[in-house]
Amino acid sequence: MAKGPTVVELLTQAQVEGLSLGQIVLKHQAAQLEVTEQDLRQKMLANLQVMRNSVAEGLTGKRRSMSGMVGGDAKLLEQRRQGGQTLGGDVLARVAARALAVAEVNAGMGKIVAAPTAGSCGVLPAVLLTVGEEIGADDAQLVEALFTAAGIGIVIAAQASISGAQGGCQAEVGSAACMAAVAAVELAGGTAELAVHAGAMALKTLLGLVCDPVAGLVEVPCVKRNVTGAVNALIAADMALAGITSNIPLDEVIIAMGNIGRAMPCSLKETALGGLAVTPTALRLKEVFLGAGQD
Amino acid sequence: MELSAFDIIGPIMIGPSSSHTAGAVRLGLLSRAILNQEPTEARIYLHGSFAETYRGHGTNLALVAGLMGLATDDERIPEALQLARARGLEVSFQSIDLGDVHPNSVKIELRGKAGRRVVVTGSSVGGGKILITNIDDFAVELSGDYHTVIVIHLDQPGVVAQITTLLAAAQVNIAQMRLSRQKRGALALTVLETDQEVQATVLDLIRAMPAVNLAMTAKPLV
Ligand code: SF4
Repeated sequence: MAKGPTVVELLTQAQVEGLSLGQIVLKHQAAQLEVTEQDLRQKMLANLQVMRNSVAEGLTGKRRSMSGMVGGDAKLLEQRRQGGQTLGGDVLARVAARALAVAEVNAGMGKIVAAPTAGSCGVLPAVLLTVGEEIGADDAQLVEALFTAAGIGIVIAAQASISGAQGGCQAEVGSAACMAAVAAVELAGGTAELAVHAGAMALKTLLGLVCDPVAGLVEVPCVKRNVTGAVNALIAADMALAGITSNIPLDEVIIAMGNIGRAMPCSLKETALGGLAVTPTALRLKEVFLGAGQD
Repeated sequence: MELSAFDIIGPIMIGPSSSHTAGAVRLGLLSRAILNQEPTEARIYLHGSFAETYRGHGTNLALVAGLMGLATDDERIPEALQLARARGLEVSFQSIDLGDVHPNSVKIELRGKAGRRVVVTGSSVGGGKILITNIDDFAVELSGDYHTVIVIHLDQPGVVAQITTLLAAAQVNIAQMRLSRQKRGALALTVLETDQEVQATVLDLIRAMPAVNLAMTAKPLV
Protein backbone atom coordinates (compact mmCIF):
# COMPACT_ATOMS: atom_id res chain seq x y z
CA MET A 1 0.00 0.00 0.00
CA ALA A 2 1.24 3.47 -0.84
CA LYS A 3 2.14 6.06 1.77
CA GLY A 4 -0.36 8.27 3.51
CA PRO A 5 -3.58 7.56 5.38
CA THR A 6 -5.75 4.59 4.39
CA VAL A 7 -9.38 3.74 4.92
CA VAL A 8 -8.48 0.56 6.72
CA GLU A 9 -6.46 2.53 9.27
CA LEU A 10 -9.46 4.78 9.94
CA LEU A 11 -11.73 1.77 10.15
CA THR A 12 -9.46 -0.09 12.58
CA GLN A 13 -9.17 2.93 14.85
CA ALA A 14 -12.91 3.45 14.80
CA GLN A 15 -13.49 -0.17 15.74
CA VAL A 16 -10.81 -0.22 18.44
CA GLU A 17 -12.07 2.97 20.06
CA GLY A 18 -15.73 2.19 19.55
CA LEU A 19 -16.29 5.42 17.63
CA SER A 20 -17.73 6.24 14.23
CA LEU A 21 -15.44 7.14 11.33
CA GLY A 22 -16.66 10.72 11.64
CA GLN A 23 -15.74 10.87 15.32
CA ILE A 24 -12.28 9.43 14.60
CA VAL A 25 -11.68 12.00 11.86
CA LEU A 26 -12.85 14.76 14.19
CA LYS A 27 -10.48 13.56 16.89
CA HIS A 28 -7.51 13.40 14.48
CA GLN A 29 -8.21 16.78 13.00
CA ALA A 30 -8.49 18.40 16.42
CA ALA A 31 -5.09 16.97 17.34
CA GLN A 32 -3.50 17.88 14.02
CA LEU A 33 -4.83 21.44 13.89
CA GLU A 34 -4.43 21.93 17.66
CA VAL A 35 -7.97 23.13 18.19
CA THR A 36 -10.94 21.73 20.09
CA GLU A 37 -13.45 19.39 18.50
CA GLN A 38 -16.07 21.96 19.36
CA ASP A 39 -14.31 24.58 17.21
CA LEU A 40 -14.12 22.14 14.33
CA ARG A 41 -17.79 21.27 14.65
CA GLN A 42 -18.63 24.98 14.60
CA LYS A 43 -16.60 25.50 11.45
CA MET A 44 -18.19 22.51 9.72
CA LEU A 45 -21.62 23.78 10.74
CA ALA A 46 -20.90 26.92 8.70
CA ASN A 47 -20.27 24.66 5.68
CA LEU A 48 -23.55 22.85 6.35
CA GLN A 49 -25.42 26.17 6.40
CA VAL A 50 -23.96 27.22 3.06
CA MET A 51 -24.91 23.81 1.66
CA ARG A 52 -28.51 24.30 2.83
CA ASN A 53 -28.65 27.79 1.37
CA SER A 54 -27.30 26.63 -1.96
CA VAL A 55 -29.96 23.91 -2.14
CA ALA A 56 -32.73 26.39 -1.36
CA GLU A 57 -31.44 28.91 -3.85
CA GLY A 58 -30.95 26.38 -6.60
CA LEU A 59 -34.50 25.07 -6.26
CA THR A 60 -35.89 28.53 -7.02
CA GLY A 61 -34.50 28.04 -10.53
CA LYS A 62 -33.51 31.68 -10.86
CA ARG A 63 -29.82 31.26 -11.60
CA ARG A 64 -28.49 30.76 -15.10
CA SER A 65 -24.90 29.92 -15.88
CA MET A 66 -22.68 32.48 -17.59
CA SER A 67 -22.98 30.65 -20.90
CA GLY A 68 -26.71 30.08 -20.50
CA MET A 69 -26.28 26.34 -21.05
CA VAL A 70 -27.52 25.33 -17.59
CA GLY A 71 -29.97 26.56 -14.97
CA GLY A 72 -33.57 26.02 -14.01
CA ASP A 73 -33.57 22.22 -14.16
CA ALA A 74 -33.62 21.68 -10.40
CA LYS A 75 -36.90 23.57 -10.27
CA LEU A 76 -38.43 21.45 -13.03
CA LEU A 77 -37.62 18.21 -11.26
CA GLU A 78 -38.75 19.62 -7.92
CA GLN A 79 -42.11 20.58 -9.43
CA ARG A 80 -42.59 17.10 -10.81
CA ARG A 81 -41.70 15.66 -7.42
CA GLN A 82 -44.15 17.92 -5.64
CA GLY A 83 -46.81 16.79 -8.10
CA GLY A 84 -46.13 13.26 -6.92
CA GLN A 85 -45.34 12.11 -10.43
CA THR A 86 -41.83 10.75 -10.32
CA LEU A 87 -41.06 7.26 -11.53
CA GLY A 88 -38.24 6.80 -9.04
CA GLY A 89 -40.19 7.89 -5.97
CA ASP A 90 -39.99 10.89 -3.71
CA VAL A 91 -36.66 10.39 -1.98
CA LEU A 92 -34.77 9.73 -5.19
CA ALA A 93 -36.28 12.81 -6.81
CA ARG A 94 -35.46 14.92 -3.79
CA VAL A 95 -31.83 13.81 -3.90
CA ALA A 96 -31.63 14.42 -7.63
CA ALA A 97 -33.30 17.85 -7.52
CA ARG A 98 -30.98 18.97 -4.73
CA ALA A 99 -27.88 17.79 -6.55
CA LEU A 100 -29.02 19.74 -9.62
CA ALA A 101 -29.82 22.75 -7.45
CA VAL A 102 -26.38 23.08 -5.88
CA ALA A 103 -24.53 22.34 -9.11
CA GLU A 104 -26.63 24.98 -10.89
CA VAL A 105 -25.88 27.55 -8.21
CA ASN A 106 -22.20 26.82 -8.73
CA ALA A 107 -22.45 27.17 -12.50
CA GLY A 108 -24.29 30.47 -12.01
CA MET A 109 -21.58 32.00 -9.82
CA GLY A 110 -23.46 31.49 -6.58
CA LYS A 111 -22.03 30.54 -3.19
CA ILE A 112 -21.28 26.85 -2.63
CA VAL A 113 -19.02 24.58 -0.58
CA ALA A 114 -16.48 22.69 -2.67
CA ALA A 115 -17.00 19.02 -1.71
CA PRO A 116 -14.46 17.88 -2.66
CA THR A 117 -14.42 20.24 -5.67
CA ALA A 118 -16.67 22.98 -7.00
CA GLY A 119 -17.59 20.82 -10.00
CA SER A 120 -18.86 18.02 -7.74
CA CYS A 121 -20.34 20.26 -5.03
CA GLY A 122 -23.93 18.99 -5.39
CA VAL A 123 -23.42 15.37 -4.37
CA LEU A 124 -22.82 15.61 -0.63
CA PRO A 125 -25.49 18.19 0.23
CA ALA A 126 -28.09 16.31 -1.82
CA VAL A 127 -27.41 12.96 -0.17
CA LEU A 128 -26.79 14.07 3.40
CA LEU A 129 -29.58 16.62 3.70
CA THR A 130 -32.09 14.15 2.27
CA VAL A 131 -30.96 11.17 4.33
CA GLY A 132 -30.90 13.50 7.33
CA GLU A 133 -34.52 14.43 6.70
CA GLU A 134 -35.55 10.81 6.29
CA ILE A 135 -34.08 9.74 9.61
CA GLY A 136 -34.72 13.00 11.50
CA ALA A 137 -31.04 13.80 12.06
CA ASP A 138 -30.03 16.97 13.86
CA ASP A 139 -27.24 19.35 12.82
CA ALA A 140 -24.70 17.68 15.10
CA GLN A 141 -25.24 14.37 13.32
CA LEU A 142 -25.00 16.00 9.90
CA VAL A 143 -21.79 17.75 10.91
CA GLU A 144 -20.34 14.43 12.04
CA ALA A 145 -21.32 12.89 8.71
CA LEU A 146 -19.46 15.69 6.93
CA PHE A 147 -16.35 14.74 8.91
CA THR A 148 -16.84 11.13 7.83
CA ALA A 149 -16.95 12.33 4.24
CA ALA A 150 -13.92 14.55 4.76
CA GLY A 151 -11.90 11.66 6.20
CA ILE A 152 -12.58 9.53 3.13
CA GLY A 153 -11.78 12.50 0.89
CA ILE A 154 -8.43 12.99 2.62
CA VAL A 155 -7.53 9.37 1.88
CA ILE A 156 -8.63 9.65 -1.76
CA ALA A 157 -6.64 12.88 -2.24
CA ALA A 158 -3.54 11.22 -0.76
CA GLN A 159 -3.81 7.85 -2.51
CA ALA A 160 -5.35 8.89 -5.84
CA SER A 161 -6.69 12.32 -6.75
CA ILE A 162 -9.70 14.56 -6.35
CA SER A 163 -8.94 16.66 -9.41
CA GLY A 164 -10.56 16.23 -12.81
CA ALA A 165 -7.40 17.47 -14.48
CA GLN A 166 -5.44 14.62 -12.89
CA GLY A 167 -7.94 11.80 -12.65
CA GLY A 168 -10.95 12.61 -14.78
CA CYS A 169 -14.47 12.96 -13.42
CA GLN A 170 -14.20 9.69 -11.46
CA ALA A 171 -11.85 11.72 -9.23
CA GLU A 172 -14.42 14.49 -8.73
CA VAL A 173 -17.95 13.11 -8.96
CA GLY A 174 -16.69 9.58 -8.23
CA SER A 175 -14.93 10.73 -5.08
CA ALA A 176 -17.91 12.81 -3.99
CA ALA A 177 -20.21 9.81 -4.44
CA CYS A 178 -17.85 7.60 -2.48
CA MET A 179 -17.61 10.12 0.37
CA ALA A 180 -21.38 10.61 0.38
CA ALA A 181 -22.12 6.88 0.46
CA VAL A 182 -19.84 6.29 3.45
CA ALA A 183 -21.26 9.30 5.28
CA ALA A 184 -24.86 8.33 4.50
CA VAL A 185 -24.46 4.88 6.03
CA GLU A 186 -22.99 6.30 9.22
CA LEU A 187 -25.67 8.97 9.34
CA ALA A 188 -28.32 6.26 9.05
CA GLY A 189 -26.77 4.41 11.98
CA GLY A 190 -24.87 1.74 10.04
CA THR A 191 -21.49 0.53 11.26
CA ALA A 192 -18.22 1.95 10.00
CA GLU A 193 -17.55 -1.33 8.25
CA LEU A 194 -20.80 -1.23 6.31
CA ALA A 195 -20.17 2.43 5.52
CA VAL A 196 -16.84 1.61 3.91
CA HIS A 197 -18.49 -1.09 1.79
CA ALA A 198 -20.97 1.50 0.57
CA GLY A 199 -18.10 3.79 -0.41
CA ALA A 200 -16.39 1.03 -2.34
CA MET A 201 -19.59 0.19 -4.22
CA ALA A 202 -20.28 3.83 -5.05
CA LEU A 203 -16.79 4.49 -6.38
CA LYS A 204 -16.50 1.21 -8.29
CA THR A 205 -19.49 2.02 -10.46
CA LEU A 206 -18.04 5.39 -11.44
CA LEU A 207 -14.52 4.19 -12.27
CA GLY A 208 -13.37 5.34 -15.67
CA LEU A 209 -15.64 8.36 -15.82
CA VAL A 210 -13.83 10.95 -17.91
CA CYS A 211 -13.76 14.73 -17.59
CA ASP A 212 -14.96 16.26 -20.85
CA PRO A 213 -16.62 19.60 -20.09
CA VAL A 214 -18.24 21.37 -23.04
CA ALA A 215 -16.37 24.60 -23.87
CA GLY A 216 -14.17 23.89 -20.85
CA LEU A 217 -16.88 25.15 -18.52
CA VAL A 218 -18.13 23.52 -15.31
CA GLU A 219 -21.63 23.12 -16.76
CA VAL A 220 -22.20 20.31 -19.25
CA PRO A 221 -22.05 17.44 -18.29
CA CYS A 222 -20.98 18.44 -14.78
CA VAL A 223 -24.35 19.55 -13.41
CA LYS A 224 -26.15 16.33 -14.33
CA ARG A 225 -23.23 14.16 -13.28
CA ASN A 226 -23.79 15.47 -9.78
CA VAL A 227 -27.17 13.74 -9.91
CA THR A 228 -25.56 10.49 -11.01
CA GLY A 229 -23.08 10.71 -8.18
CA ALA A 230 -25.72 11.47 -5.58
CA VAL A 231 -28.27 8.85 -6.62
CA ASN A 232 -25.53 6.28 -6.94
CA ALA A 233 -24.32 7.06 -3.41
CA LEU A 234 -27.81 6.65 -2.02
CA ILE A 235 -28.30 3.24 -3.61
CA ALA A 236 -24.82 2.11 -2.53
CA ALA A 237 -25.71 3.12 1.03
CA ASP A 238 -28.95 1.15 0.88
CA MET A 239 -27.14 -1.88 -0.49
CA ALA A 240 -24.57 -1.76 2.30
CA LEU A 241 -27.24 -1.32 4.95
CA ALA A 242 -28.95 -4.39 3.51
CA GLY A 243 -25.74 -6.31 4.18
CA ILE A 244 -24.37 -6.30 0.63
CA THR A 245 -20.59 -6.03 0.66
CA SER A 246 -17.98 -5.02 -1.89
CA ASN A 247 -15.63 -7.78 -2.98
CA ILE A 248 -12.85 -5.27 -3.54
CA PRO A 249 -11.95 -3.24 -0.43
CA LEU A 250 -12.28 0.55 -0.66
CA ASP A 251 -8.53 1.20 -0.33
CA GLU A 252 -7.90 -0.93 -3.41
CA VAL A 253 -10.74 0.70 -5.33
CA ILE A 254 -9.17 4.09 -4.57
CA ILE A 255 -5.74 2.94 -5.81
CA ALA A 256 -7.40 1.55 -8.95
CA MET A 257 -9.12 4.89 -9.50
CA GLY A 258 -5.77 6.69 -9.30
CA ASN A 259 -4.21 4.25 -11.76
CA ILE A 260 -7.10 4.60 -14.19
CA GLY A 261 -6.74 8.37 -13.94
CA ARG A 262 -3.08 8.18 -14.86
CA ALA A 263 -3.87 5.90 -17.79
CA MET A 264 -6.53 8.28 -19.13
CA PRO A 265 -5.42 10.37 -22.08
CA CYS A 266 -5.03 14.10 -21.42
CA SER A 267 -7.82 14.81 -23.89
CA LEU A 268 -10.24 13.33 -21.31
CA LYS A 269 -8.91 15.19 -18.29
CA GLU A 270 -10.46 18.65 -18.18
CA THR A 271 -8.78 19.89 -21.36
CA ALA A 272 -12.07 19.84 -23.31
CA LEU A 273 -10.22 18.13 -26.17
CA GLY A 274 -12.17 14.87 -26.13
CA GLY A 275 -15.38 13.09 -25.23
CA LEU A 276 -18.55 15.17 -25.05
CA ALA A 277 -16.54 18.36 -25.42
CA VAL A 278 -15.74 17.64 -29.09
CA THR A 279 -19.16 16.42 -30.24
CA PRO A 280 -20.56 18.55 -33.08
CA THR A 281 -23.17 20.04 -30.80
CA ALA A 282 -20.61 20.88 -28.11
CA LEU A 283 -18.40 22.58 -30.67
CA ARG A 284 -21.37 24.55 -31.94
CA LEU A 285 -22.37 25.58 -28.41
CA LYS A 286 -18.81 26.67 -27.75
CA GLU A 287 -18.76 28.69 -30.96
CA VAL A 288 -22.05 30.42 -30.13
CA PHE A 289 -20.99 31.23 -26.62
CA LEU A 290 -17.44 32.34 -27.32
CA GLY A 291 -18.56 34.31 -30.36
CA ALA A 292 -21.07 36.30 -28.33
CA GLY A 293 -20.01 39.66 -26.95
CA GLN A 294 -16.27 39.24 -27.48
CA ASP A 295 -14.59 42.24 -25.90
CA MET B 1 1.43 18.33 4.73
CA GLU B 2 -1.66 16.23 5.30
CA LEU B 3 -4.85 17.83 4.10
CA SER B 4 -7.36 19.10 6.62
CA ALA B 5 -11.05 18.22 6.62
CA PHE B 6 -11.73 21.74 5.39
CA ASP B 7 -9.55 21.29 2.32
CA ILE B 8 -11.96 18.50 1.36
CA ILE B 9 -15.27 19.94 2.57
CA GLY B 10 -14.55 23.51 1.60
CA PRO B 11 -13.70 26.16 0.82
CA ILE B 12 -16.92 28.12 0.78
CA MET B 13 -16.62 29.92 -2.52
CA ILE B 14 -18.38 31.57 -5.40
CA GLY B 15 -18.52 29.09 -8.29
CA PRO B 16 -18.05 27.73 -10.78
CA SER B 17 -14.39 26.77 -10.67
CA SER B 18 -11.80 26.66 -7.93
CA SER B 19 -8.99 27.28 -10.42
CA HIS B 20 -10.71 29.72 -12.79
CA THR B 21 -12.85 31.59 -10.25
CA ALA B 22 -11.59 31.23 -6.66
CA GLY B 23 -7.94 31.11 -7.79
CA ALA B 24 -8.50 34.18 -9.94
CA VAL B 25 -9.90 36.12 -6.97
CA ARG B 26 -6.77 35.21 -5.02
CA LEU B 27 -4.50 36.35 -7.87
CA GLY B 28 -6.32 39.67 -7.79
CA LEU B 29 -6.04 39.92 -4.01
CA LEU B 30 -2.31 39.27 -3.98
CA SER B 31 -1.72 41.68 -6.87
CA ARG B 32 -3.60 44.32 -4.90
CA ALA B 33 -1.36 43.70 -1.90
CA ILE B 34 1.72 43.99 -4.11
CA LEU B 35 0.50 47.30 -5.53
CA ASN B 36 -0.02 48.34 -1.94
CA GLN B 37 -2.49 51.08 -2.94
CA GLU B 38 -6.11 51.29 -4.01
CA PRO B 39 -5.93 50.37 -7.72
CA THR B 40 -7.39 52.83 -10.21
CA GLU B 41 -6.41 51.12 -13.44
CA ALA B 42 -5.89 47.49 -14.36
CA ARG B 43 -4.89 46.12 -17.75
CA ILE B 44 -5.45 42.42 -17.60
CA TYR B 45 -3.84 40.02 -20.07
CA LEU B 46 -5.26 36.49 -20.06
CA HIS B 47 -3.25 33.48 -21.23
CA GLY B 48 -4.18 29.93 -22.26
CA SER B 49 -7.24 28.43 -20.62
CA PHE B 50 -7.86 31.73 -18.82
CA ALA B 51 -8.13 33.45 -22.20
CA GLU B 52 -10.32 30.72 -23.69
CA THR B 53 -12.82 30.19 -20.91
CA TYR B 54 -12.74 33.34 -18.84
CA ARG B 55 -16.24 34.49 -19.66
CA GLY B 56 -17.84 31.19 -18.75
CA HIS B 57 -15.95 30.91 -15.50
CA GLY B 58 -16.25 34.56 -14.59
CA THR B 59 -12.45 34.71 -14.41
CA ASN B 60 -12.54 38.36 -15.45
CA LEU B 61 -15.06 39.17 -12.70
CA ALA B 62 -13.07 37.19 -10.16
CA LEU B 63 -9.80 38.95 -10.97
CA VAL B 64 -11.40 42.37 -10.68
CA ALA B 65 -13.16 41.36 -7.45
CA GLY B 66 -9.81 40.35 -5.99
CA LEU B 67 -8.22 43.61 -7.12
CA MET B 68 -10.92 45.41 -5.13
CA GLY B 69 -10.23 43.28 -2.07
CA LEU B 70 -13.31 41.03 -2.19
CA ALA B 71 -12.90 37.54 -0.74
CA THR B 72 -13.43 34.29 -2.69
CA ASP B 73 -16.87 33.82 -1.09
CA ASP B 74 -18.13 37.36 -1.64
CA GLU B 75 -21.49 37.29 -3.37
CA ARG B 76 -20.72 40.57 -5.13
CA ILE B 77 -18.18 38.83 -7.40
CA PRO B 78 -20.67 38.48 -10.29
CA GLU B 79 -21.19 42.28 -10.16
CA ALA B 80 -17.48 43.06 -9.93
CA LEU B 81 -17.37 45.06 -13.16
CA GLN B 82 -20.20 47.39 -12.11
CA LEU B 83 -18.63 47.71 -8.69
CA ALA B 84 -15.29 48.61 -10.25
CA ARG B 85 -16.91 51.31 -12.32
CA ALA B 86 -18.58 52.74 -9.21
CA ARG B 87 -15.27 52.71 -7.36
CA GLY B 88 -13.33 54.36 -10.15
CA LEU B 89 -11.28 51.32 -11.09
CA GLU B 90 -10.79 51.19 -14.84
CA VAL B 91 -10.29 47.71 -16.24
CA SER B 92 -9.52 46.21 -19.64
CA PHE B 93 -9.03 42.63 -20.82
CA GLN B 94 -6.96 41.19 -23.62
CA SER B 95 -5.68 37.80 -24.67
CA ILE B 96 -1.95 37.25 -24.61
CA ASP B 97 0.50 34.43 -25.24
CA LEU B 98 2.86 34.41 -22.28
CA GLY B 99 4.81 31.48 -23.71
CA ASP B 100 5.59 28.27 -21.89
CA VAL B 101 3.74 28.98 -18.64
CA HIS B 102 0.86 27.34 -16.75
CA PRO B 103 -2.34 27.36 -18.87
CA ASN B 104 -4.19 29.38 -16.22
CA SER B 105 -1.98 32.44 -16.24
CA VAL B 106 -2.52 36.17 -16.20
CA LYS B 107 -0.45 39.31 -16.43
CA ILE B 108 -1.83 42.39 -14.70
CA GLU B 109 -0.57 45.93 -15.19
CA LEU B 110 -1.75 47.96 -12.24
CA ARG B 111 -1.78 51.59 -11.39
CA GLY B 112 -2.67 52.83 -7.94
CA LYS B 113 -4.29 55.90 -6.45
CA ALA B 114 -0.96 57.40 -5.43
CA GLY B 115 0.48 56.75 -8.87
CA ARG B 116 2.45 53.58 -8.21
CA ARG B 117 2.59 51.14 -11.13
CA VAL B 118 3.36 47.48 -10.97
CA VAL B 119 3.23 44.55 -13.38
CA VAL B 120 2.38 41.19 -11.82
CA THR B 121 2.26 37.79 -13.53
CA GLY B 122 0.82 34.72 -11.88
CA SER B 123 -0.94 31.41 -12.34
CA SER B 124 -3.82 29.55 -10.77
CA VAL B 125 -2.27 26.16 -10.22
CA GLY B 126 -5.29 24.11 -9.10
CA GLY B 127 -7.77 23.85 -6.25
CA GLY B 128 -7.68 27.61 -5.75
CA LYS B 129 -3.93 27.63 -5.09
CA ILE B 130 -1.96 30.33 -6.88
CA LEU B 131 1.60 31.32 -7.63
CA ILE B 132 2.79 34.82 -8.47
CA THR B 133 5.80 34.24 -10.73
CA ASN B 134 6.91 37.71 -11.73
CA ILE B 135 6.77 41.22 -10.25
CA ASP B 136 8.17 44.03 -12.41
CA ASP B 137 10.57 41.70 -14.22
CA PHE B 138 11.75 40.08 -11.01
CA ALA B 139 11.22 36.31 -11.06
CA VAL B 140 9.46 35.37 -7.82
CA GLU B 141 7.52 32.49 -6.29
CA LEU B 142 4.73 33.77 -4.13
CA SER B 143 1.89 31.54 -2.95
CA GLY B 144 0.00 33.90 -0.68
CA ASP B 145 -0.30 31.06 1.83
CA TYR B 146 1.91 32.88 4.34
CA HIS B 147 2.40 36.32 5.75
CA THR B 148 4.59 37.89 3.12
CA VAL B 149 7.07 40.74 3.07
CA ILE B 150 8.21 42.06 -0.30
CA VAL B 151 11.20 44.40 -0.38
CA ILE B 152 12.69 46.10 -3.42
CA HIS B 153 16.17 47.29 -2.62
CA LEU B 154 19.60 48.13 -4.01
CA ASP B 155 21.51 45.00 -4.86
CA GLN B 156 24.18 45.52 -2.22
CA PRO B 157 25.83 43.21 0.29
CA GLY B 158 24.29 43.13 3.75
CA VAL B 159 20.82 44.35 2.90
CA VAL B 160 19.10 40.99 3.27
CA ALA B 161 20.99 40.27 6.49
CA GLN B 162 19.76 43.57 7.88
CA ILE B 163 16.16 42.74 6.99
CA THR B 164 16.32 39.30 8.55
CA THR B 165 17.89 40.77 11.67
CA LEU B 166 15.00 43.20 12.02
CA LEU B 167 12.53 40.35 11.62
CA ALA B 168 14.37 38.16 14.12
CA ALA B 169 14.35 40.99 16.65
CA ALA B 170 10.58 41.18 16.22
CA GLN B 171 10.26 37.40 16.82
CA VAL B 172 9.17 36.79 13.25
CA ASN B 173 10.10 33.37 11.94
CA ILE B 174 11.00 33.13 8.25
CA ALA B 175 9.47 30.15 6.43
CA GLN B 176 10.89 30.89 2.98
CA MET B 177 13.08 33.55 1.47
CA ARG B 178 14.00 34.28 -2.11
CA LEU B 179 16.03 37.06 -3.65
CA SER B 180 15.86 37.85 -7.34
CA ARG B 181 17.60 40.34 -9.54
CA GLN B 182 16.37 42.06 -12.64
CA LYS B 183 18.31 41.23 -15.78
CA ARG B 184 19.53 44.80 -15.97
CA GLY B 185 19.75 47.30 -13.19
CA ALA B 186 21.05 47.57 -9.71
CA LEU B 187 17.87 46.50 -7.94
CA ALA B 188 16.92 43.29 -6.20
CA LEU B 189 13.61 42.03 -4.91
CA THR B 190 13.40 39.91 -1.79
CA VAL B 191 10.33 37.95 -0.85
CA LEU B 192 10.09 36.66 2.69
CA GLU B 193 7.26 34.34 3.68
CA THR B 194 6.89 34.35 7.45
CA ASP B 195 5.01 32.43 10.12
CA GLN B 196 4.00 35.54 12.04
CA GLU B 197 2.54 38.80 10.86
CA VAL B 198 5.08 41.58 10.37
CA GLN B 199 3.87 44.60 12.33
CA ALA B 200 3.70 48.06 10.77
CA THR B 201 6.44 49.30 13.10
CA VAL B 202 8.83 46.65 11.77
CA LEU B 203 7.83 47.41 8.20
CA ASP B 204 8.64 51.08 8.86
CA LEU B 205 12.12 50.11 10.08
CA ILE B 206 12.69 48.14 6.86
CA ARG B 207 11.45 51.08 4.80
CA ALA B 208 13.80 53.40 6.66
CA MET B 209 16.87 51.42 5.53
CA PRO B 210 18.85 53.56 3.06
CA ALA B 211 19.14 50.73 0.53
CA VAL B 212 15.41 50.02 0.49
CA ASN B 213 13.24 51.56 -2.22
CA LEU B 214 9.96 49.95 -1.39
CA ALA B 215 8.60 47.46 1.12
CA MET B 216 5.15 46.02 1.61
CA THR B 217 3.39 43.18 3.40
CA ALA B 218 0.56 40.86 2.50
CA LYS B 219 -1.58 38.77 4.81
CA PRO B 220 -2.13 35.08 4.02
CA LEU B 221 -4.97 34.67 1.54
CA VAL B 222 -8.08 32.92 2.79
S1 SF4 C 1 -16.72 16.67 -16.04
FE1 SF4 C 1 -14.77 17.50 -15.30
S2 SF4 C 1 -15.22 19.64 -14.75
FE2 SF4 C 1 -17.18 18.55 -14.88
S3 SF4 C 1 -17.59 17.85 -12.78
FE3 SF4 C 1 -16.59 16.17 -13.86
S4 SF4 C 1 -14.41 16.46 -13.35
FE4 SF4 C 1 -15.43 18.41 -12.85
